[in-house]
Amino acid sequence: MLFDHYDPLKKEMFGVLDKDGKITNKDFEPDIDDDTLVHMYKTMVLARIADVKALQYQRQGRMLTFAPVQGQEACQIGPMAASAKSDWLVPAFREAAAMLYKGVSLKQAYLYWFGNERGSRYDDDVNVMPINVPIGSQVNHAAGIAYAAKLKKSGEAVITYIGDGGTSHGEFHEGVNFGAVYSVPMVTIIQNNQYAISTPRELATKAKTLAQKASSYGIPGIQVDGNDVLAMYEATKVALERAKNGDGPTLIEAVTYRLGPHTTSDDPSIYRKETEVEEWREKDPITRFKKYLSNRKLWNKDKEEKLQEETKKFVTNTFKEVEKTGQYGVDDVYDYNYETMPDDLKAQKEAYLAYLKESEGE
Amino acid sequence: MAKLTLLGAINNALDQQLEKDKNVVVYGEDAGFEGGVFRVTKGLQKKHGKDRVFDTPISEAAILGSAVGMAANGLRPIPEIQFSGFMFPGYNQIAVHIARMRNRSRGKYPMPIVVRMPYGGGVRALEHHSESLETLFAHIPGLKLVIPATPYDAKGLLTAAIKDNDPVIYFEPKKIYRAFKQEVPEEEYEVPIGKARIVKEGSDLTVVSWGAMLHETQKAIKDLGDDYSIELIDLRTIAPMDTKTVIESVKKTGRFMVVHEAVKTLGIGSELISRVNEGAFFHLEAQPTRVTAPDITVPLPKGEHHHIVDAKRIAHEIKKLAHFE
Ligand SMILES: Cc1ncc(C[n+]2csc(CCOP(=O)(O)OP(=O)(O)O)c2C)c(N)n1
Repeated sequence: MLFDHYDPLKKEMFGVLDKDGKITNKDFEPDIDDDTLVHMYKTMVLARIADVKALQYQRQGRMLTFAPVQGQEACQIGPMAASAKSDWLVPAFREAAAMLYKGVSLKQAYLYWFGNERGSRYDDDVNVMPINVPIGSQVNHAAGIAYAAKLKKSGEAVITYIGDGGTSHGEFHEGVNFGAVYSVPMVTIIQNNQYAISTPRELATKAKTLAQKASSYGIPGIQVDGNDVLAMYEATKVALERAKNGDGPTLIEAVTYRLGPHTTSDDPSIYRKETEVEEWREKDPITRFKKYLSNRKLWNKDKEEKLQEETKKFVTNTFKEVEKTGQYGVDDVYDYNYETMPDDLKAQKEAYLAYLKESEGE
Repeated sequence: MAKLTLLGAINNALDQQLEKDKNVVVYGEDAGFEGGVFRVTKGLQKKHGKDRVFDTPISEAAILGSAVGMAANGLRPIPEIQFSGFMFPGYNQIAVHIARMRNRSRGKYPMPIVVRMPYGGGVRALEHHSESLETLFAHIPGLKLVIPATPYDAKGLLTAAIKDNDPVIYFEPKKIYRAFKQEVPEEEYEVPIGKARIVKEGSDLTVVSWGAMLHETQKAIKDLGDDYSIELIDLRTIAPMDTKTVIESVKKTGRFMVVHEAVKTLGIGSELISRVNEGAFFHLEAQPTRVTAPDITVPLPKGEHHHIVDAKRIAHEIKKLAHFE
């Protein structure tokens, strides 16, 4: 099995593609049909353009604080492509690319960072949990969703994400451990993007790799080149098979890099050098995958130009729609706190509405 | 004297106490190298060294639990929680250990800890970045809770908190971190914990507030002009509460209002009104009033204006209360 070939304690990292898009590891090249490969690529490009645009909008004061995903598209698109529609995604807060692949619309994704809860209300057939800001807590949710899937024999598996910094959190440990104890169908992907805000990966843990933590839970762990979308696909596919066979959780460390700031409020120049960023730009996951697709004659310059143009238009139009929503009304604030609004809260709402009326023109 | 922002005054107090007391340590997520996400601790690591000012793993339980150990072994830890909304994983350590250790050990292990955390809304922030959770600390016996509203008080209260041998939760109103500057003495001074401040004397009505909301209230009072004589009190310390200052004021004015950002039910306003009823019942000319957020989750920014009270709302409620016959 794949996981036996790569020992995190020896810092053996799994990869399939080199930076020119050539296959270096024939044994583990995933078998993916052409349409899916192209769809994966297109979603990576969508995520990237949506991200670049959102940064612009934010700088123009049209978008609120948000967490850019640039550089991490491969470790999100690979796993999502390997999952079934019914498998769950339990994100942290930097998984826009994964969410888009799983069926969250760009409008929904944007609405959240625009400051509207409707951006956490995805379509009914989309098994994606809302963005999770409190570090680590989502891992326990994933364990619970997977436990329920096992109990119901629904055949669903769960993929959850966490950052390198998040692995220091108690809830990471508790969630992975809980899942392992009950052998639930769960895959935890650590996106090791080298930083937790300003804090480098070395300060998160003394361990050489994050993948090796798996051994303390008695589950397999593997370190994967997180900028290699095919390797991420393959590792997740094997992990999902294990999960669905009842063999329990897997831990995947995706070694990647956050090309942008932590959020739009962050100034990365304080804690990292531009030369380091440039080195990682050379390993851009999208460029690599594009080269692979071109080598396979699935992609070319004309297609690229068309895709870029169409995607930019789509993103711009979507954001215009989002902007039109503006501030929201009183009902939205009050009506979703309980299934049935308690009388006491009703009275508070009525008092507020009365105030709005009385104070008009004050 | 230097003109400092509230944020600058906190930095100054930390710097001074790190200098004066070698047992003081300052730490938290991103609090060392870059000086915290708000830069409150900027420059402190460079000046006082990595052993005393440091970055921690993302683990609120470790940040606060280790403070218990450090305090037991002679240090005066000043841990930072990045945003008050993220204290919950560490709340266990605050509620079950920090607050209780002195009592449990019959004084052997006091907990001279100051837990700093930015709090409050109105800054168009993400989820969990806007809450006002005063009640969750004021309700726990053994803890003190202070909230400065001015740079002068920020330094004086923090200095007093650091010198206090009991644990102090120090809330930083992030909305006014850099809102204005004030003369702050360079030398060490303390603003006593447990003492409210009469911001403005008046005879018709007493309003109590704190933190960023104090400034909204001041704005409301200014907008109302000279027609109303309002006594404004900055509570400054939530626990232990300065009941005396509040009661004396209400005895004089006969009307009482509390303004806070936190939700209504069991907000600090409930406690203040109970105390006013206990201490000044026969002086009241109108029902005590609280102007607070409603009992709903803080909305994301596109709905937050329905949650947080503003100067307009406060002025509206003051007029109503002042005219109540
Ligand atoms: C419990 C908790 N504590 C603190 C924070 C503030 N915070 C937000 S993101 C972040 C760093 C996360 O780093 P990492 O897990 O590596 O993920 P990345 O941001 O790199 O994707 C911190 C400390 C939080 N969201 N939740």
